[in-house]
Amino acid sequence: MVKVLQGIFTASFFHAIFRVTTPILFASLAALISDVCGIVNVGIEGLMLISALTGVVISALTQSAWSGMIVGVIVSALFSLLLAYFHLKLKTNIILAGIALNLMASGGTVFVLAVLTGQKGVSTALNSRVLPDIRIPFIDKIPILGEILSNHNVLTYIAFISVPLVWYFMYRMPLGLRFRTIGENPEAARSVGIHVHRLQYLALVLSGLFAGLAGVYMSMGYVSWFVRDMAAGRGFMGLAAAAMGGNKPFLVMLAALLFGIADALSNYLQSLRIPSEIVHMIPYLITVVFLTIYAIFSHHKKMKKITFSADDA
Amino acid sequence: MKKIQVFDILRILIALLIAFFIGFIIILLVSEEPLYAFKLFLVGPFSSLRRIGNLVEMTIPLIFTGLAVAVAFEAGQFNIGAEGQFFFGAALATILGIIFKIPAILHVPLALLGGIVGGGLVGAIPGLLKAKWQVNELVSSLMLNFIFLHFSLYLVNNHFRDVHTGIMASWKIEETAWLKQFIPGTRIHVGVFISIIMVIFTYYFLYRTKWGYALRMTGINKDFAIYSGINVASVIIYSQVISGALAGLGGAIEILGIHHRFQWQALPGYGFDGMIIAIMAKNNPAFIPIASLFLAYIRKGAEVMNMMSDVPAEVVNIIQAIIIFFVTAEAFLSKYQHKLVVKEVTTNG
Repeated sequence: MVKVLQGIFTASFFHAIFRVTTPILFASLAALISDVCGIVNVGIEGLMLISALTGVVISALTQSAWSGMIVGVIVSALFSLLLAYFHLKLKTNIILAGIALNLMASGGTVFVLAVLTGQKGVSTALNSRVLPDIRIPFIDKIPILGEILSNHNVLTYIAFISVPLVWYFMYRMPLGLRFRTIGENPEAARSVGIHVHRLQYLALVLSGLFAGLAGVYMSMGYVSWFVRDMAAGRGFMGLAAAAMGGNKPFLVMLAALLFGIADALSNYLQSLRIPSEIVHMIPYLITVVFLTIYAIFSHHKKMKKITFSADDA
Repeated sequence: MKKIQVFDILRILIALLIAFFIGFIIILLVSEEPLYAFKLFLVGPFSSLRRIGNLVEMTIPLIFTGLAVAVAFEAGQFNIGAEGQFFFGAALATILGIIFKIPAILHVPLALLGGIVGGGLVGAIPGLLKAKWQVNELVSSLMLNFIFLHFSLYLVNNHFRDVHTGIMASWKIEETAWLKQFIPGTRIHVGVFISIIMVIFTYYFLYRTKWGYALRMTGINKDFAIYSGINVASVIIYSQVISGALAGLGGAIEILGIHHRFQWQALPGYGFDGMIIAIMAKNNPAFIPIASLFLAYIRKGAEVMNMMSDVPAEVVNIIQAIIIFFVTAEAFLSKYQHKLVVKEVTTNG
């Protein structure tokens, strides 16, 4: 058992945690930023697929990974804007609209890829580019720690740097305060002159940007190609992480890391002759378990609050 | 019929028209022979007895997941788990079909029961979690899809895998567990009658029983339901269990009627299809078969087009998404709807 644990907890395992957490963290920031504004963006999964494909195609056309990334992220934001239009203007139920977007993306990406390359479901015919890994000077030289923290994809660093930025935006900037006000009580926000809809549009666009980063990371960092349905539930894990972290950026990051650890662990356990199907269940199982624990806690808190306020009365 | 109902139907038809129009534009953009491709899409499904047969075969599982989602929607619950319920129901039915060697009169009901219990169990989990601790059923039922996807694959691939075939598939189920295919030249099987029975059952349950009434009240206004003494927690649980059982039964019937062995390695998508169907049918069980047939029709059309022209079948996913967008868009044509309501009220009053 000790040997097994030693085999698992190596520097490369911790390196892998950051690698697999990256898309989940981006997705959970995407979920957080729209959640805060009172909108559940179920479409993150689909947005990831759209940007993953766009990134691959554009980078193959221009032979520049960066332009692939930028266009991928913009296209994702545009689709998120479309989602916002249907929800805010045409009053489509946001969950159904998000699911529709996911269905559209799942088939639409395969369709577009087939039309462009004649290939069904994988982009190996395209000579697409990958975003670079970054070696951090100094830290790189430290034994173990360097191995864990250095030589990650540039988007991995952007993901973790985004966490304090989102925190600063939400808690130190007037716009962030307005976002939170809308989420807490849209009527009150409206009564003090906040343009609720306009800011909700903005929130969904920002959410689309983060979802786009998650997507381009999948096809231009995590692996170097597009394959159908490659988001594989990570968008939904992001939603779960945002819910678990109560939309507090640093807690959400911890929740995303938790999913990342489960994911990385499942890759390692596979080498221990545990049936791969059982191993693949782990991240999802953990999601349900943690979501339940979280719900039980907040349920108790709520119950306490109710009894207190009843006593006050 | 009231004008408002006519309006509802009209609204769905307009949504379909818009979706088809956009689909046509896309075909126009990508195809060398767009008119031929579009014609294949529209009339392809009726071009041979086998294809008409396919249409009916494809409709059967859709009816089950459509009913499953409709029941959950009516209770105000999001059952995104129909996918996993269908899958697990199919896996359990397969296993029961393989291990038992008993006469058909017992074997078929046993395997079907396996599907019902399997789906119902998977449905019970998000129901219980929601009723007891307010765990968001959207996320939990979604995660359960992936959990039961892998769990079912674990069971089938590790314990019931047919080692003689080159592909990953289970052993064939015993012939005593097959649902008979009764129209030569097609694979239409007796599951079609079971699906009709379930449509009637679901309709009766929702609109003619006390439980159905409580369920619908909870869906319309949860607080009102609580104040009028309805046990909302139990409604949430039994609506999810019934919903899951319907989806699981659908999975079992698909195995016993069509495939006779378990060979899916990924979620086949029937759960989300059920959602599209429930939306088009406005959760009314009576309309579910029509909506299912329609979905099967555009799928088959896309398949024929894919086979005989240069347009990939996945264009149909885009069309489906547009249908959902417009059918569920409450503000779409709402000014006209408002006018109609006013008119109706003033003429009646």
